[in-house]
Amino acid sequence: MNILVCISHVPDTTTKIKFAENNTRLDTTGIQWVINPWDELSLTRALELKEKSGSGVQKVSVAHVGPSSAEPTIRKALAIGADDAYRVDVEALDSYQVAAQLAEIVKAGSFDMILCGIESSDYNGSNVGGMLAEFLDYVSVSGISHLDIEGGEILVTRELDGGREKLVVPSPFVGIVQKGIAKEPRIAAMRGIMMARKKPVHLVDATEAGPLTRVKEFEPPQPRPACKFVDPENPEQLVELLQNEAKVI
Amino acid sequence: MSVLVYTENWDGSFKKLSCELISFAVKLAEEMQTDVAALSIGNVEAEELEKLGQYGVKRILTAQNGELSQFDPQTYAKAITQVADKEQASLIVMADNNTGKALAPRLSVRMKAAVASGVSHMPDTLSPFVIKTKTFSGNAFAVTELPTDVKILTIAQNSFDLKKNPAEVTVEDAGIDTSGLRPKAAVKEVEKQTDKLLLTDAEIVVSAGRGMKTPENWGPIEELASLLNGATACSRPVSDEGWRPHEEHTGQTGKIIAPNVYFAIGISGATQHLAGVSGSKYIIAINNDKEAPIFDAAQYGIVGDASRILPRLVDALKKAKSA
Ligand SMILES: Cc1cc2nc3c(=O)[nH]c(=O)nc-3n(C[C@H](O)[C@H](O)[C@H](O)COP(=O)(O)OP(=O)(O)OC[C@H]3O[C@@H](n4cnc5c(N)ncnc54)[C@H](O)[C@@H]3O)c2cc1C
Ligand SMILES: Nc1ncnc2c1ncn2[C@@H]1O[C@H](COP(=O)(O)O)[C@@H](O)[C@H]1O
Repeated sequence: MNILVCISHVPDTTTKIKFAENNTRLDTTGIQWVINPWDELSLTRALELKEKSGSGVQKVSVAHVGPSSAEPTIRKALAIGADDAYRVDVEALDSYQVAAQLAEIVKAGSFDMILCGIESSDYNGSNVGGMLAEFLDYVSVSGISHLDIEGGEILVTRELDGGREKLVVPSPFVGIVQKGIAKEPRIAAMRGIMMARKKPVHLVDATEAGPLTRVKEFEPPQPRPACKFVDPENPEQLVELLQNEAKVI
Repeated sequence: MSVLVYTENWDGSFKKLSCELISFAVKLAEEMQTDVAALSIGNVEAEELEKLGQYGVKRILTAQNGELSQFDPQTYAKAITQVADKEQASLIVMADNNTGKALAPRLSVRMKAAVASGVSHMPDTLSPFVIKTKTFSGNAFAVTELPTDVKILTIAQNSFDLKKNPAEVTVEDAGIDTSGLRPKAAVKEVEKQTDKLLLTDAEIVVSAGRGMKTPENWGPIEELASLLNGATACSRPVSDEGWRPHEEHTGQTGKIIAPNVYFAIGISGATQHLAGVSGSKYIIAINNDKEAPIFDAAQYGIVGDASRILPRLVDALKKAKSA
């Protein structure tokens, strides 16, 4: 069994988001780029499964759609333990275009399980995994909080609005993961960093599939009005404000 | 050209969210000078269906086919596409919840329809169709053009007010051909939380962080939540420590919620925490550090020791309620 983990590379959430060129582009100066936290966790779980005896997982690969500036992110994934990587050399424009590119990698390879994160913390918005599954006509399960292989069966737990479901899924399938999939992301050890240098990064040409949407500009959200402070000796006043001013209780 | 709203039901009943979707779609259809139909999959009594009519939808299409009794994004996307094609829908509206997030992308590829996710504003313009979507964990909006013939919008909870607009409803069978629509994944076990108000449904959320010091101090947090008919939540370190259940953790790596009121008590307001709650209409902070970043996001704040303030707040609320 081979697993493909799709990784996006996003600004670290503590970096201040600013825009350039009349708010039409993200200002990338000073941004600290990281592997999308969900993807780091998916990769961790994929590696745990590979190490689990009897799971039948032979290989864990990662895939990224984006220009060479993402190389450090890909090397990091290899250092954490992925066996090889695929990079489609094109700027990622929207989730449809990204999923279309990833679909070609899947069609050309032999993967039994493809993992995506539930959401990348940049602008795509929880779409790539489901789109990829539809391009491939594969089963998709989203909101996965637990993933295991037992006796040759792939078992997943899916979080619902108000509960959870355990499912047995056929392969190949696309799993869209969320909180719970792994406890802590694995970090690269020195040995992993050394080994990563020799691992292959397959460069893939982009297909012509383009985006369906176009971002015209970015708009910072309306600033919230300044905080109104209530005297700590008189917390009763807060109840009064919530009732009569905000009218929310 | 028409608007199709997918209204999900939970064991046969609709939530407020479904009514918000209808209110939004009816308003948008009016601007587009077109009609709205709602699609309901699963067993829902006629009386419950008519509830949707309260918010202005006149046609409800239902699909009670056995093949669709298990929610499966692959088969549902095929089924909804059939209906959208038949209705010549140019706009498909659904919720930005687990279900909508699983369905919208599959529908998008199937119908070659552009998606706007997490919509909380009416479109800026209809032609070209330009709408704001949430990006960078709530740190900005992307003003996005959807140029395709069919467009899909997933709507953020609590973003659009309910608007009563009673209409006479007709209920029709959606006429879905379910041959070949059998889910390939098998459900082994279902666990449902039915007794408790869900964090994602709550209008008022009382959330607390490491500033509470120990799990034994959660009494007043729960009391406050129950007095306000709200749900309880917490920051990540609190659930990591096992002080509170994991379902309660809000933020970038936990639940993303948008209640009317979010109390952040003993929570510093780290960006990763705010990423999950910045959509709240009112944030109310109680923190003993007046420099805590949570106050930048809050409308109302109290600087002080939560262990002293909470009991008085609870008393004041009890008094206000009995008044
Ligand atoms: C990749 C990543 C993802 C993350 N995702 C999340 C996430 O999803 N959700 C999340 O919450 N965090 C997340 N975090 C962690 C986040 O950065 C913060 O560490 C966390 O939110 C802090 O929790 P806290 O506010 O409860 O604790 P602290 O930061 O310790 O804050 C406690 C606050 O309580 C106040 N306080 C202390 N005593 C009292 C008192 N007696 N009365 C009143 N106030 C008091 C203090 O002044 C302080 O402001 C993430 C971090 C990373 C790196
Ligand atoms: N440029 C990309 N390259 C590879 N995978 C991606 C890319 N963008 C998004 N993904 C995958 O899709 C998931 C969800 O992202 P999104 O749909 O952008 O919110 C991420 O967690 C990744 O697994």
